[in-house]
Amino acid sequence: MGVFDWTRRGVLGAATGAVLAMGAGLPAAAQTPPGVLVVGQIAEPKALDPAAVTAVNDFRILMNVYDGLVRYKSGTLEVEPALATGWDISEDGTEYTFALREGVKFHDGSAFDAEAVKFNFDRMLKDDHPYHDTGPFPLAFFFSSVEEVTVIDPLTVKFKLSAPYAPFLSNLAYPTGLIVSPAAVAKYGADFGRNPSGTGPFKFAEWRSNEAVVVEANADYWDGAPSLDAVVYRPITDANTRTAEMLAGGIDLMVEVPPVALSQFQGDRFTVSEQAGPHLWFLILNAKEGPFADKRVRQAANYAVNKEALVDNVLEGTAAVAAGPTPPAFAWAYDETVQPYPYDPEKAKALIAEAGVDGAELTFYVTEGGSGMLDPIAMGTAIQADLEAVGFDVKIETYEWNTFLGRVNPGLEGKADMAEMAWMTNDPDTLPYLALRTEAWPDKGGFNSGYYSNPKVDELLDAARVSTSQDERAALYKQMQQIVHDDAPWVFVANWKQNAVTSDKVANFELQPSFFLLLKDVVKN
Amino acid sequence: MGGYILKRLISAVPVLLGITVIVFAIMALIPGDPATAILGSYATPENVAKLNRDLGLDQPAVTRYFIWLGNMLQGDFGRSFALNRPVLDEVVERFNATLILAGTAFVLCSLLGILAGVVSAARQYGWADKAITFAVLLGISIPSFFLGMMMILIFAVNLRWLPVSGMYAIYGGGDFPDLLRHLTMPALALAVVATGVIARLSRSAMLEVLRQDFIRTARAKGVPERRVIWGHALRAAMVSIIPVLGIQAGFVLSGAVYIEIVFQWPGVGRMLVDAILKRDILLVQGGVVFVAACYVMFNIVVDVAQSLLDPRIKT
Repeated sequence: MGVFDWTRRGVLGAATGAVLAMGAGLPAAAQTPPGVLVVGQIAEPKALDPAAVTAVNDFRILMNVYDGLVRYKSGTLEVEPALATGWDISEDGTEYTFALREGVKFHDGSAFDAEAVKFNFDRMLKDDHPYHDTGPFPLAFFFSSVEEVTVIDPLTVKFKLSAPYAPFLSNLAYPTGLIVSPAAVAKYGADFGRNPSGTGPFKFAEWRSNEAVVVEANADYWDGAPSLDAVVYRPITDANTRTAEMLAGGIDLMVEVPPVALSQFQGDRFTVSEQAGPHLWFLILNAKEGPFADKRVRQAANYAVNKEALVDNVLEGTAAVAAGPTPPAFAWAYDETVQPYPYDPEKAKALIAEAGVDGAELTFYVTEGGSGMLDPIAMGTAIQADLEAVGFDVKIETYEWNTFLGRVNPGLEGKADMAEMAWMTNDPDTLPYLALRTEAWPDKGGFNSGYYSNPKVDELLDAARVSTSQDERAALYKQMQQIVHDDAPWVFVANWKQNAVTSDKVANFELQPSFFLLLKDVVKN
Repeated sequence: MGGYILKRLISAVPVLLGITVIVFAIMALIPGDPATAILGSYATPENVAKLNRDLGLDQPAVTRYFIWLGNMLQGDFGRSFALNRPVLDEVVERFNATLILAGTAFVLCSLLGILAGVVSAARQYGWADKAITFAVLLGISIPSFFLGMMMILIFAVNLRWLPVSGMYAIYGGGDFPDLLRHLTMPALALAVVATGVIARLSRSAMLEVLRQDFIRTARAKGVPERRVIWGHALRAAMVSIIPVLGIQAGFVLSGAVYIEIVFQWPGVGRMLVDAILKRDILLVQGGVVFVAACYVMFNIVVDVAQSLLDPRIKT
């Protein structure tokens, strides 16, 4: 006698078939309607309050919902008017007076005016502001030089700075400087980040936690209504899953495509866009102690690392070889005469022999991941091999990103000879000012974890920060690049090219050197 | 029985208190703090100190622990730094998603596992037994995340039968068939390993029981074989199968982490992984305590069920 008889098997089979049919019979991934762009994001946003967030992932939404007083001209990192139509800078560089655009309204219907601008900066900067408790505002220090914001008349606002601060305008173009609706902050308080209201080309529609953020076209946008009807941002944290969604048509636009997945998107169905940005991937060298205290050995490391091989093979062409401390994306401040150190192991060996550190043991801090770090373990291993080829004995220590920062930021002294690092900035001032000056040694609160010090560089960077002439600043930065290139406090490795894939239904999409995702002119058929 | 349940509930209190201490201590001791994680490149000591002050992390750990515990006892789990919303809202929402996924997987693996085990045992060394044993070995050996990715590749990307990821469709979804379509692959991928384990143990439990005298007696009396297997033997074997189910429920729940990442399922496991990487202390603590409490409750339910099935187990 059987445990099953055929009838039972039949029932079971029919049931299985029914379940499968239920799944398969329905149309798979319901195609998104034309005019609606689905963007695959790398994570759930924290908040849609520009003053409260720090992640590029969140900026990709915010830049389409809000405007700042100024913005980057398309395709560059130079500022142009946005909510402000123009500005005057006082002779001494401490007063900025902005003329504001007339007739602009926030999505909630309230008017954009000088009072709104003052509200935004006071909320971030003044502890006693009634809405300061809607923070914390981690990047408020971008505007720490702002002493007072004064309303001159409804369409004129004046910023008084405590000292001249050249990056002020590009900081205003950064997401932290985006202008939110004071009425909406008053209405929602700490929940403003989930009920945002700005002046941008898209207005907030819906946030389904861990599923999607939906924004809809703002037909009254002052700079012309967007072509899309709506944008849906879907958080898909796993890069493989994001790739699969793109291949299956579940999303129309995917950012941060892993290098290994790029080959999947060749062919007519997809377009891959690339754009080098203000990013630098480098190795901090401990210039205070050990072999790298000698400039010749630091230069030797720059000669020894095969940067072409790193960007071509490890990063599959998703980055370009870096020449010096300033990324070429800052076109106006970039010195084109500074050339990358060529790959020259023989020269490296000669320099090492000259310095008498042949066979020196190096401790190398490598991170497992982290923002802008690309493929840190594979890169670390390749660099280790390059350095061992010229006679060093390199020991890698690998740490999880936050642990890594906790070891590197306080300085490498007594712990390591070199460490991986990457920065993405919005002004040529930021990285060298925070990480190359003598005053930026870790004990003084900076990021100069390798203790580089050159009085001339300090002088140039201080002068560039207080100058209000872009040409003058450019000249100072170019001098700085030449000196730093020669001093080699870092091994300059790569400038990341941000990439994105769009489906064949998407047109007019362009990546920006700022790495912001601007969708106003994008069309979806 | 009421007294037994009450006793078990009371004994859960120190367990849960211990969990709060452990998770708090771990989050306090791991390197890296939320301010550094939030500030990223801009984590100067000055900025970190200010942000820690704003986040209320500048107080001594012991003080913070008791504030946290006190608030939690009043139902306030705090606010997530990284998601900027109340921890409890997030945890409950995400736990629901995990329950749907793990619950479905658990039902699948229990039914299929016991079924396979019983069939295997009833037909020991027959073709069905051999086929099942082979399938079980295969199932136990495949890592669930790999299986998940392969399923995505075949059924979502190539055949386009099922959606790649998520819990509901972005457009026109939200109903039960939509949920079912999104649930099919992750639930199957999650159930496979546990099905294998349950099948193996059910098989041996059944074989054990089938050798006993009362089965021979039943057969001798002329009880139909189907009733001997499904009525007499399985009922007796359930006493040793149920604890296995309890343990597997824990495995399914923790295994859900990988599946949630691969299928972008908005569950509590993925939430915890993200929260740990972002050093979102309150979310990690609240999430772990909540999940642990549910797990402890589940164990109590299993123990009670077992004592109901087998009166020999002391109540």
